[in-house]
Amino acid sequence: MSNSSNIIWDLQANKVTDFLKEGKRIDGRKLDEFREITVTKNISENADGSARVRLGATDVVAGIKIVPDTPYPDTPDQGTIAVGAELLPIASPEFEVGPPREDAIELARVVDRGIRESGCIDFKNLCIREGEKSWVVFIDFYVLNHDGNLFDASSIAALASLLNAKMPKLEDDKIVRGEYTGNLELSCKPLLCTFAKISNKIILDPMFAEEAASQARFSMASTEDNCLIAFQKGGSGTFNAKEVEEMAETAIKKSKEIRKKL
Amino acid sequence: MTKYEISDYVKKGKRMDGRALDEIRPIKIEAGVLARADGSAYIEWGQNKIIVSVYGPREALPKHIQNPYKALINYTYRMATFSVPDRKNPRPARREIEISKVSGKALESAVFLERFPNTTIDVFVEVLDSNAGTRAAALTAASVALVDAGVPMKDIVASCGVGKAGGEIMVDLDKDEEDAPDAVDIPIAILPRSEEITLMQMDGRLTRDELKKVTKAGIESCKKVWEIQKDALKRRYMESETEMPEETSKVIR
Repeated sequence: MSNSSNIIWDLQANKVTDFLKEGKRIDGRKLDEFREITVTKNISENADGSARVRLGATDVVAGIKIVPDTPYPDTPDQGTIAVGAELLPIASPEFEVGPPREDAIELARVVDRGIRESGCIDFKNLCIREGEKSWVVFIDFYVLNHDGNLFDASSIAALASLLNAKMPKLEDDKIVRGEYTGNLELSCKPLLCTFAKISNKIILDPMFAEEAASQARFSMASTEDNCLIAFQKGGSGTFNAKEVEEMAETAIKKSKEIRKKL
Repeated sequence: MTKYEISDYVKKGKRMDGRALDEIRPIKIEAGVLARADGSAYIEWGQNKIIVSVYGPREALPKHIQNPYKALINYTYRMATFSVPDRKNPRPARREIEISKVSGKALESAVFLERFPNTTIDVFVEVLDSNAGTRAAALTAASVALVDAGVPMKDIVASCGVGKAGGEIMVDLDKDEEDAPDAVDIPIAILPRSEEITLMQMDGRLTRDELKKVTKAGIESCKKVWEIQKDALKRRYMESETEMPEETSKVIR
């Protein structure tokens, strides 16, 4: 079964490449157009913040848990974030049960960098008692359906769940379940935009068939003040300096459109 | 807080260790340092000390990972437990797994993979001492080790870090500079002949204007690294009785 489905994806990939030769995409989108994005917030009551994001047929849920822990010795006055990605077997025939492998690790780390380096969460605000206790904001997302561009879907889901995250109430260093002291403060909204390169054409938000046809990938996180926060080049193909600059411009512009939906 | 104030990073165009903003730390590369490996290289890049071995192309196993159209590159980047200030847990960290993945991909466009279907080219990197910029140094040494192994290549991948600290764009940041409050770190790797970018990562905060500058500075630095790589490969055959293979002479021309 799985072999025959690979052949179908190979054929789909050929179709993607043929269409792009005429500057078209198989679903009729412009080269720099996102698929339809639907954001549902608060999908889990037990989570301190949560969201489900559909990017076309790609489907990701993210949940936040904010947990008291001991701060790192080199940053005694700060809390931190921890980002985890799960590529569930639910989502795709090629995902397997087990601990995260390199694809999931890369995905989690790229989403982490966008959030961490933007400074949207002030880690000093997560300090409870210097050198003793600080909050860790766990951001975990689960891919439910893989139709390409897990990076952007996960980034949107992570930001959407952070935007409705609440700070748990603490008594004697124990969390009082169901009670909160307020919202998690966010000073900006970092978002990823991911591009794929297919026979020298660059497209935004590749779907699965487009990823199968692509030689290289580039993800860029940016914030609403037009700053670039994190990059990740993936895949075996290459980009030139001009293409990187053009993608940066598109990423800044397009992430503004997504921000309006959050 | 870090040990240094922002202004300490750059004073009148010079950096804390006396380097100019566009100056790379001293680099020494030696090719063919390991007897059992098909190819190998050792690099010292500032305080960074890294050894790389290459095996293959050899049969990819287990069989189901084989690609009937091309060779796979299996890149393993690891840091020795003693290579960092606090002992590193020997278990591969998420960082090492991610670096391995992107670095392996960064080499693919340089190698004639389609000549070796169903095989794997294994690249093993061990960092013995570190002070920022190890992934760029490792990739630089790995390219030399691939050429040393006689793997047919279109070009040598050259890599260098670039970024920002203390408000200034600079190349090849060391650990103190990477720890600056406004630090931006961007490892870049290119195919020097075409200036195509095969690896680029970033974390920090950059404007589009700064991006232009760092990309340019990054490409220029990679080209300097490329000269050192070619020099190491030439020396490898000058001092030995073996003739330089044709594949090698093509790629270092």
